[in-house]
Amino acid sequence: MDLRRDVFQAIADPTRRAIITLVAAHAMTPGAIAENFDSARQTISKHIQILTECEILKQEQQGREIYYHLNPQKMKEISDFIEPFRQLWEERFNKLENIMQQYKTPKKK
Amino acid sequence: MTRKTKIHAEEDRHDLLITREFDLPLELLFRAYAEKEIVEQWMGTHVVAQDNRKFGNWHYQTSDGDGNIVFEAHGTFHDFVPNEKIIRTFEMINAPFDVQLEFLEFTSLGEERSKLNMQIVYRTIELRNQMLKLPFEYGLNMAHDKLEKLLTT
Repeated sequence: MDLRRDVFQAIADPTRRAIITLVAAHAMTPGAIAENFDSARQTISKHIQILTECEILKQEQQGREIYYHLNPQKMKEISDFIEPFRQLWEERFNKLENIMQQYKTPKKK
Repeated sequence: MTRKTKIHAEEDRHDLLITREFDLPLELLFRAYAEKEIVEQWMGTHVVAQDNRKFGNWHYQTSDGDGNIVFEAHGTFHDFVPNEKIIRTFEMINAPFDVQLEFLEFTSLGEERSKLNMQIVYRTIELRNQMLKLPFEYGLNMAHDKLEKLLTT
């Protein structure tokens, strides 16, 4: 089981983070969410689906419409985690490694 | 997705441990920390000072395109043993964080592999936890700023 990792993959995407911020203000229908983006409606639906699967968003039926709202408990859980911190260092060290690979075969001056 | 970098942060402690294995010989890994020109490349900063010896100081400065300083940090080397270890203090200038103490240990894992252990000691548990959460909160803020721009244009 690697649920935590999935959650962090979910919030690693900038569009999904934007959706989280939108829905944090108030519950929204998928259509209303999609209106805020240039991406295809289908793309946004996929993002919403991933966020729902990770329990970051919760669905609520109101009449004929489905509204999405933020699951604050999940957000708090995530904010306690340190994955973005790890990713920051990972990226930093990847850069170091890539740069130093070039020094393995020094160019003749 | 490779996850080579590991973070150990135990509850109720005011330090954390970062470990990373590199596909690099030990000497090359250490050079990345010792040579000014190389530090500038991977840290993306300007090295104002880097005096690699006990009592020596280091000072990094990062500016945006308009010449405004967006990041500045400095500290003192308490120990600097090539291909072995660096002990240094680290303090961000113009940031509400206390100075931190860093222990970097470099070990060889063979001809082409090496490992870095980095222990960072913070003044308080609260400060350590704050630093751990910073990248996440930054990510959310970035998303929020982008969104605001989107909504106001």
